[in-house]
Amino acid sequence: MTEPTIYELSSPGRIGVSYPLPDVPLSDLPVSLLREDLPLPELSESDVVRHFTALSSLNYSLDTGLYPLGSCTMKYNPKINEETARLPGFAHTHPFQPENTIQGNLALIFQLQEFLKEIGGFASVCLEPAAGAQGELVGVMIIRAYHRSRKEFQRVKMLIPDSAHGTNPASSAMSGFEVVPVPSDVNGNVDLTALKSLCDATVAGLMLTNPNTLGLFDQNVLEVIKIVHEAGGLVYGDGANLNALLGIARPGDLGIDVMHFNLHKTFSTPHGGGGPGSGPVGVAKHLLDFLPTPLVKIVEEGTEDLPPLYGFSRPKHTIGRVKAFYGQFGMFVRAFTYIRMHGSDGLKKVSEYAVLNANYLLSKLKDTYVLPYKRMCMHEFVLEGCWADAPGIHALDVAKRLMDYRFHPPTNYFPLIVHEALMIEPTETESIQTLDRFADAMLKIAEEAHTQPELLKEAPHNTPVSRLDEIKAAKDLVLCCWIPEDN
Amino acid sequence: MKIQANLKYANSDEWVAVDGKIATLGISDYAQGQLSDVVFVEVNASVGEIVKKNTTVATIESVKAAADVISPISGKVVAVNEPLSNTPELVNSDPFGGAWLLKIEMSEPAELNNLMDAKAYEKYCSDRSH
Amino acid sequence: MFTPHTQAETEAMLKAVGVERLADLFNDVPKQYRFPKLDLPEAITEMEALTELKEYASANETVDSLACFLGAGAYNHYIPAAVDSLLRRSEFYTAYTPYQPEISQGTLQSVFEFQSLIANLTGMEVANASHYDGATATAEAGVMAYHNFRGKRSKILVSEAIHPQYHEVLCSYLCGFEDIHIESGSSKQDPLAVPDSMIPQIDADTALVLVQYPDFFGRVFDLTELARKTHEAGALLGVIANPTALGLFKTPGEFGADIVIGEGQPLGIPLSFGGPYLGIFATRKDFARKISGRLVGETTDGQGRKGYVLTLTAREQHIRREKATSNICTNQGLMALAATIYLSLLGKQGFKQVASLCYQKAHYAAKKLNALKGFKVVSTTPFFHEFILKCPRPVSEINDMLLNQGFLGGYDLQRDFPVLKNQMLVAVTEMNTKDEIDALAETLAEVPND
Repeated sequence: MTEPTIYELSSPGRIGVSYPLPDVPLSDLPVSLLREDLPLPELSESDVVRHFTALSSLNYSLDTGLYPLGSCTMKYNPKINEETARLPGFAHTHPFQPENTIQGNLALIFQLQEFLKEIGGFASVCLEPAAGAQGELVGVMIIRAYHRSRKEFQRVKMLIPDSAHGTNPASSAMSGFEVVPVPSDVNGNVDLTALKSLCDATVAGLMLTNPNTLGLFDQNVLEVIKIVHEAGGLVYGDGANLNALLGIARPGDLGIDVMHFNLHKTFSTPHGGGGPGSGPVGVAKHLLDFLPTPLVKIVEEGTEDLPPLYGFSRPKHTIGRVKAFYGQFGMFVRAFTYIRMHGSDGLKKVSEYAVLNANYLLSKLKDTYVLPYKRMCMHEFVLEGCWADAPGIHALDVAKRLMDYRFHPPTNYFPLIVHEALMIEPTETESIQTLDRFADAMLKIAEEAHTQPELLKEAPHNTPVSRLDEIKAAKDLVLCCWIPEDN
Repeated sequence: MKIQANLKYANSDEWVAVDGKIATLGISDYAQGQLSDVVFVEVNASVGEIVKKNTTVATIESVKAAADVISPISGKVVAVNEPLSNTPELVNSDPFGGAWLLKIEMSEPAELNNLMDAKAYEKYCSDRSH
Repeated sequence: MFTPHTQAETEAMLKAVGVERLADLFNDVPKQYRFPKLDLPEAITEMEALTELKEYASANETVDSLACFLGAGAYNHYIPAAVDSLLRRSEFYTAYTPYQPEISQGTLQSVFEFQSLIANLTGMEVANASHYDGATATAEAGVMAYHNFRGKRSKILVSEAIHPQYHEVLCSYLCGFEDIHIESGSSKQDPLAVPDSMIPQIDADTALVLVQYPDFFGRVFDLTELARKTHEAGALLGVIANPTALGLFKTPGEFGADIVIGEGQPLGIPLSFGGPYLGIFATRKDFARKISGRLVGETTDGQGRKGYVLTLTAREQHIRREKATSNICTNQGLMALAATIYLSLLGKQGFKQVASLCYQKAHYAAKKLNALKGFKVVSTTPFFHEFILKCPRPVSEINDMLLNQGFLGGYDLQRDFPVLKNQMLVAVTEMNTKDEIDALAETLAEVPND
């Protein structure tokens, strides 16, 4: 059943929310500059509430059920975070208020900077980047600025493993780097021989995701980092998979020079149907000066009676500002709340159980699905979504059929190095009962793939819409539901 | 997989038809199969433009992939298949004929020697899809 | 703590996996770096966390207790109750990016509606699903213009009257490249130069001409001539627009803008100390494939039912990788939903009302403040809801005084434009009552103006 659009529900003259009449004497409007027509819909408040409530019912969500999406870390979004972020003391502060009126905000930013420094093993953290991809861009820009500050303009290449998330090469290209892929070896680690041969004085660095997108901790990670460092390059860590490492290992300790965090993955801030996220960046000592501006620092130390005075600081050789204001502040409050409720032991428990859950699921599925890398996984693992003896069945079909079992499918077709990949990450907030149900569904689907393949090919059957014509969407390109007459 | 015998092929799946000094470019049947349903074609080079070997001259987009068409030869662009942008599906149905992309007046005909003939390309393709 | 496992369950799972203890799961981690003790404060319960966060929050003053006359890119507007009520539906906020359209029609249709509203509001043909904020949307406009000309045009001509932080971000994204350069339309000595004064600088090397509408100083200009000259030179016109102003004023699309970007925070999004906000990006249909960011398109399913999907995804990072239009992945989905709900609730009439109230109250305030001895409203051109007030003393002093009297004074323009000495950017919205404005005038009247 389709829900009409707001334009289709519109009724000329209908009023939703209204405002008071002007309480001031009126001034003239500049008539020649006014618009003639304002093509917005006209709905009552009740219309709007019913419409969006109906739309919400068409969505699967984390509060509905499991999202085993590899590299997305779909963990439970604590409701307390929604309360703290909405405290008027935070939500009703203007970003340009005088510093003495927003000491609470500055203190929180400072503390979160400190927490992430400690968790990641870094010398400094900037919270400004708006999402993981922007954090990556910042990281790559920092690497570029570092080499240029040392007059090493010949370092134009960025090495990127073939298993990397697409944002890695995209961010590198945006920074003007030439992207050079690095192969993985048969064990899913970065191929050391290949890496050695690629590392020379033209290499700016390596973008490393560890654990990687296969869910595997690189067994030679120290060697990998050493090789790059010895060639004069820097190592960027993609922190998307940090959920496996909290209290387990600190990327900074391993030698990572710069890394982005994803608050909307590891630190439980909600995904919002596509954002907002938040991608703070941490750096080692030698990169401190290049961070984006501004950071928050203590301007005057506190005393017994008075809290510290906080203010802004501008890194000496900053790459500049990457966003207006200070970052996704509302997400900082949520992540801060989360970290306070976990502490060091709690965070370690998060990673321990994230990894246990993944390995447990793996143990239940590895005999029925092809497992390309037969190692203990970290917080996620990759299976092949196809069988030689089930011709015509692709990972896509498995994914679509899972929806009939009321689960969101795992990540599809990524990483690129696994044929028909299904990347599964349960996260630590799922119970053994949920995992068992999911495993059962996967096993049933595997059987169906062999005995009743049409169930998969025509899936999903039980959803508000069935498979959609993506070709038609791209060709017809209807991106708007109301086109003004004069276009 | 279809192969047209009288064409030359690049290992990035472009085909070249030679007629005197004029080379016509397109993408092979193998390539369109990899892309699946093509929804968009854009030739980036305009008539009169000089293109160098190994530069991108066109972009072809399907629902699940986007590919750059790289010219294996250098020269001056003398014709562009403008109507193709209205019927991108021709790339799938008629990759060697109606879906030609552009014609180049070659400046270095010797570059053709870097390309494969039909038989070599056929083997190359079958080696890839193991 | 949100891990549900009991002791018994943990043991059963360890057994199934084939290890004895949780620590055995991490043997690939180099021993010398394994299991660091993190120096973080002890964990607290939910109850204690709320108390602690309230302490942080109460160490701030807010626009609830202070009369706000501060704008400069973030505005104190009224947010109807239904916006947050709907936003808190967990089917919206705990949902993931709609990569599986069959179970994400709620998100997809609301994004389609957002795209439609923004296109209509700005007078453009196509809008994307959002960027991070107005500043990054501006930077992406620069990137798009550059790629449009395939590097053959290297100049981005930027009005000095755009938000200084947007200018900074544009530079962060583009300044490091040899074949792009950002040129200012005027000099820092003359930030109030009108947009048309940039015309002599538009040439065959210009890829993009960038202006703000209303500009950073609140002024509204007719962009017809600028658009004409820009197009004559074969360049693109980018307009950074305030969405509330578009409730009243001619759209950038009508003037001939090629790209419209802006900050959507005024559309139902709280001030929240600067984030999360909402980047708006709209353009002409010709450029649909060049846009960065997500796009939702309409289509049908196997049964002929109307449905929505992410489309033109081949441009994006997860497919195109280093050749992607941008690296953007997660955007500002929930904020776009907030804007969609806000615009739906206000509709044609309500949105025009808000814009009118902002205009009227700002003009009333300007008249009252201009009448004060020692103060002068600098703007002579039409303005929307912000204006420059020249003060008899440094703005920082005045704002300290105002703060003591319960006001949040305007933005100190001297911070970014040294030549605008003692000049304050005052913002007025529908949230400011006549009494508040009168009180502001009375308080400023106390300022010594020798």
